[in-house]
Amino acid sequence: MVSFELSDEQKMIQETCSSFAADHMYPAMREADESGEIPEEIISRGWELGLVGGCIPEEYEGFGEGLNALNMVIALEELAWGDLSMAIHLLSPTVLAFSVLDQGTEEQKKNLLPRYCGEEFKPASSALVEPYYDFCPSAIRTVADRDGEEFVINGAKCLAPLAKESDHVLVFAATNPGMGFAGVDAFIVPVGTKGMEIGEREKNMGLKALATYPINFKDCRVPLAARLGGEEGCDFLRLLSRSRLALAALAVGMCRHALEHSRDYARERVAFGEPIGSRQAIAFMIAEMAIEVDATRLLVWEAAWRCDKGMDFAKEAALAKNYAADVAMMVGDRSVQIMGGHGYIRDNPVELWFRNARGFATFEGMVMV
Amino acid sequence: MIDFELSPRIKATKNMIHMFAEQALRPIARYYDENEHEKPWDLFKMVHKFMGGGMAGAFGASGKEEKAEKEGEPKEKKPRETNLAGAVTIEEIFWGDAGIALSFPGPGLGGAAVQASGTPEQKEKFLARFSGEEPVWGAMAITEPEAGSDTANIKTTAVLDGEEWVLNGEKIFVTSGKSALEYSKGFVVVWATVDRKAGRAGIKPFVVEHGTPGMQITKIEDKLGIRCSDTVSISFMDCRIPKDNILGSPEVVDKTKTEGFKKVMATFDATRPLVAAMAIGVGRAALDFIKETLKEKGVEIRYGINPNRMTVLEREIMQMEADLKAARLLTWRAVWMLDNGLRNDLQASMAKAKAGMAVTRITQKAVELMGPLGYSREYLLEKWMRDSKINDIFEGTGQIQLLITARRVLGFTREQLK
Repeated sequence: MVSFELSDEQKMIQETCSSFAADHMYPAMREADESGEIPEEIISRGWELGLVGGCIPEEYEGFGEGLNALNMVIALEELAWGDLSMAIHLLSPTVLAFSVLDQGTEEQKKNLLPRYCGEEFKPASSALVEPYYDFCPSAIRTVADRDGEEFVINGAKCLAPLAKESDHVLVFAATNPGMGFAGVDAFIVPVGTKGMEIGEREKNMGLKALATYPINFKDCRVPLAARLGGEEGCDFLRLLSRSRLALAALAVGMCRHALEHSRDYARERVAFGEPIGSRQAIAFMIAEMAIEVDATRLLVWEAAWRCDKGMDFAKEAALAKNYAADVAMMVGDRSVQIMGGHGYIRDNPVELWFRNARGFATFEGMVMV
Repeated sequence: MIDFELSPRIKATKNMIHMFAEQALRPIARYYDENEHEKPWDLFKMVHKFMGGGMAGAFGASGKEEKAEKEGEPKEKKPRETNLAGAVTIEEIFWGDAGIALSFPGPGLGGAAVQASGTPEQKEKFLARFSGEEPVWGAMAITEPEAGSDTANIKTTAVLDGEEWVLNGEKIFVTSGKSALEYSKGFVVVWATVDRKAGRAGIKPFVVEHGTPGMQITKIEDKLGIRCSDTVSISFMDCRIPKDNILGSPEVVDKTKTEGFKKVMATFDATRPLVAAMAIGVGRAALDFIKETLKEKGVEIRYGINPNRMTVLEREIMQMEADLKAARLLTWRAVWMLDNGLRNDLQASMAKAKAGMAVTRITQKAVELMGPLGYSREYLLEKWMRDSKINDIFEGTGQIQLLITARRVLGFTREQLK
């Protein structure tokens, strides 16, 4: 029966994450963007929210009941309201941990999951995006060829969050090039493996506080057991779709903050003797922003609900993610436009959101629900 | 718990209505577009017979429903989902044909106003007819030649003379006006001012019965789309109606603070998401047509690939699909809130704004993407483009919905944001 009401647990997640975002993340957002550094204290406090360990069952030393996409998109919206870079940094272990939890072999689960259930933040990286203008997850160029008891990985990756700081990178590579999504597998590669070279930290337009890296693979050999899911491999489209849900949810949170900021500014800023929000040109922009933020959230919720119900959700996740990327640009642009010259100045947060917003069309992987 | 699964009851209704739309409406859709002012009477009779108050349930104002409550039948223990059921049903019917669906017999907006703000006696008197043997229509007359969305400018007057109200003025764009007043023993709810100096506070709704002397239909409009539906002008010249035919209190006070006004506004909170559902039905028809055509031609839509690898066609179709779904989810949220007794005026306007604009764009894009097939009257796409445009206009234009949304988001009054 159709309902839009959050469960008590979801309300609690929402409130906890919202307070953390408002009290700790947002106040540090500008400084982090300028310096490129996220204060460790914020990450360690954020880790106490227990979002990763809270999805891992007790048998793997966690304290949760397994993956729950709806709970996670609700958390992600709140965190991205605080700051996008920090949210992705804090949840960087999700791609590896949740992929293993969802599709790993028993051995992979036992070896890896307990690492992300401790009291200390434990980074983990993932490498999906590749540095080509026509990059597409269905046509990944990085390949993993089987050679006896090993896979040999060759190719180039970029936008791998916290690669240098992590012990492991989940690397997506084609085992059957030309087979589209079905031909892609994921490999758990320890940082430092021979043939894997992590480059200098990237300089991106947005997400400046998040450390991301390019990675080159040249005849990088990993054992067969490094393949996610072992001999069977993994359902890559499912993992990709889970990460698309996460990215779309992050876009909703960031856009909501940009909308709220624009709303408050339009109420207070006076021009020609009245608040600029009293003019339809500004008011209509804000109304459309509000409608689209809500629309995107509902698309994300519906796709996440399908995911949790065990229904096919790849199409819904893709539609939600693309929609979110478009809305992020619309909202980001307007939040700058509504502030006029002030929007262009780095004293104000809107230009930062605008830069971050552009990333959603490009990002894939990086976080997961 | 967040849930997007329709209840078995609604699902069953949806399937039934879809079959009806496909088998009974689609085959005659073109005929009643090209033969404006003709009506499918047999269909109406069948609809009336099998669907009771017809669209009544959909508009949340079924005479039958009322009756059932009166007889003290046990109410369902389950949470209410009347409005959700309405939205789902309307989407299916309008998928079949918007013009014909809009002319279905039933209480319509006039009945909804009686349902929302009438006394128990008024409800009995005016709504019982919708459960009778013959199909009956209800209509609503607000718009005037010089007052559309700007209802405060209404010039039609109502003056109390002894035991009667005397109405004078001219109304235009009355949906189903002819059906209500000439084709059946229905009524029209007329909005008139009892005190022009009082502005909006003086504007009241009055029920005017068919055949009342002094009331005359002066024009039937020829329209861009929804041609099966009659849209009329009505003139009132010393039209006398009983004193008790006023809905709500005759007192001229600040309406925004009266229960009556709130109830009337609540009518819009209920009907706007349903107009959104109408739009969505037409938009889905267009999208289904394109997707089926492409499927026949062996063109695959690759949903999972990155936008930079998509063809223009894929990008457009995905955008149309996401827009339509977004509009539907906003609509479902608005009706769900209503079913659960939550204030939904903001969400109702959001849904209407989104659906009206999205579907206007979707149907126009659909015509464009199908090339000569889209432009040809051999197919229904061009008709859907014409039909859908009304959803961005009636029950408050898209711009009015944005204005209401903006006021609520900004926390501005009508005076602060004009």
